[in-house]
Amino acid sequence: MSNTKPKVAFYWCASCGGCEESIIDLAEDILKVAAAVDIVFWPVALDFKRKDVEAMEDGSIAASFINGAVRNSEQEDMVKLLRRKSRIVVAHGSCSHLGGIPGLANFWDKETIFRRAYLTTPSTDNPQGVVPLEKSAVDGCELELPRFYDTVFSLDQVIDVDYYLPGCAPPRDLILSAFQALLEGTLPPKGSVLSPNKSECDECDRNDTKPEKLEIKEVKRPWEVHLDPEVCFLAQGVICMGPATRAGCGQRCISANMPCRGCFGPTDQVYDQGAKFLSAFASILATDDEKEIENIVQTIVDPAGTFYRFSLPSSILRRKRLEAVK
Amino acid sequence: MQEEPFEPNLVGFLCTWCSYTGADFAGTARMTYAPNVKIIRVMCSGRVDPQFVLKAFREGADGVLISGCHPGDCHYKEGNYRTLRRYRLLIRVLEQMGIEPARLRLEWVSAAEGARFQRVCNEFTEQIRALGPLSLNGGKHEQHQA
Ligand code: SF4
Ligand code: FES
Repeated sequence: MSNTKPKVAFYWCASCGGCEESIIDLAEDILKVAAAVDIVFWPVALDFKRKDVEAMEDGSIAASFINGAVRNSEQEDMVKLLRRKSRIVVAHGSCSHLGGIPGLANFWDKETIFRRAYLTTPSTDNPQGVVPLEKSAVDGCELELPRFYDTVFSLDQVIDVDYYLPGCAPPRDLILSAFQALLEGTLPPKGSVLSPNKSECDECDRNDTKPEKLEIKEVKRPWEVHLDPEVCFLAQGVICMGPATRAGCGQRCISANMPCRGCFGPTDQVYDQGAKFLSAFASILATDDEKEIENIVQTIVDPAGTFYRFSLPSSILRRKRLEAVK
Repeated sequence: MQEEPFEPNLVGFLCTWCSYTGADFAGTARMTYAPNVKIIRVMCSGRVDPQFVLKAFREGADGVLISGCHPGDCHYKEGNYRTLRRYRLLIRVLEQMGIEPARLRLEWVSAAEGARFQRVCNEFTEQIRALGPLSLNGGKHEQHQA
């Protein structure tokens, strides 16, 4: 019987492991999923190897769920391989969907990242200054490592993607309904983000406390204020990405009294989440005077990193200009 | 072969009520000025979504001009104040992205100020000429070919 079940693969690229966790966290529901499908590849949990995937017929996997951004040659090769073998590819989670937190590395390049990670962090102990090399000779053997890129990519910048499961990590109900739709053949049109196409504010419990006219006089970071647990964050002078972010997360951050950070990415109408937020946010600065505007703008510590926290690689500019990093 | 001299490629978003009319006036008055700014007419400078500006840079603009009515004169009352706020925030983001703030210019040009429009175009063109071309690199070249 098992060979008639749809084959499913899970893979991870540049990610933190949270998206793998989101699948394990399906708890008893994972058993239902496991009973309904045949998991043919899942490096974090099962001992299948790349050669097993290579041996499969093209298009023989019903769906591959790939989490993480793509930032080195091995990840690129693996996702291209999985694309060939799969009828459907789902970008699972913010990093795969938008570039995610690893995508913030697009403010730097390989050299600055390596220097920081392997040489200059306070906790680094590396007196010989060893950094990863693509090829190195050890005891007469040549060892190879994947090539690390200057730029982090979202999955759809590398391969064709059929669906996006948003979130850092995607919540359980969205994953389950994606599986259900997959099994029942009720998936929406290709390219869809599998979460409601409305803004986070639309679903937010605090939306009623948002004043008719929001006025920002100074921007504060969440730890600088004693946050009222009921009131709209923007009304408290704290940046909340809700207006420019897709709904469907179940308000995990907001109910923990933390503003939305934008992990679901934009709605279908918006191309560039950061620019859209910038536009909305600038409109509510409480002054028309150029000098005062500048003063308020200066109270935002890291606008690009905040507005594009999860979406820098998939933004219009994609990265800081390489020429300006070098 | 000699390299072609750099000719700035500029995009200008002009509000229809003041700046576009001002540009038109410069034309009907036969003022000559640098032809580098490719004009896109919008209803109000406040209609210029920051996505438009980023898209222009992405598609090859070396500089972007946004021009609207003088403060207090916006046909929609406060569209240009919004533009001003967005502009101040956007140039900070551009700077973080490695794009010189001078590549985005905001000007107020009224319907009667053809000469001012002429001066803005000339100045901006020379300013960007001095800055040189904007090469945006999405990093795509790094991936190896499938
Ligand atoms: S801005 Fe944030 S806190 Fe305010 S309504 Fe929107 S999502 Fe809720
Ligand atoms: S109509 Fe000219 S700036 Fe609004």
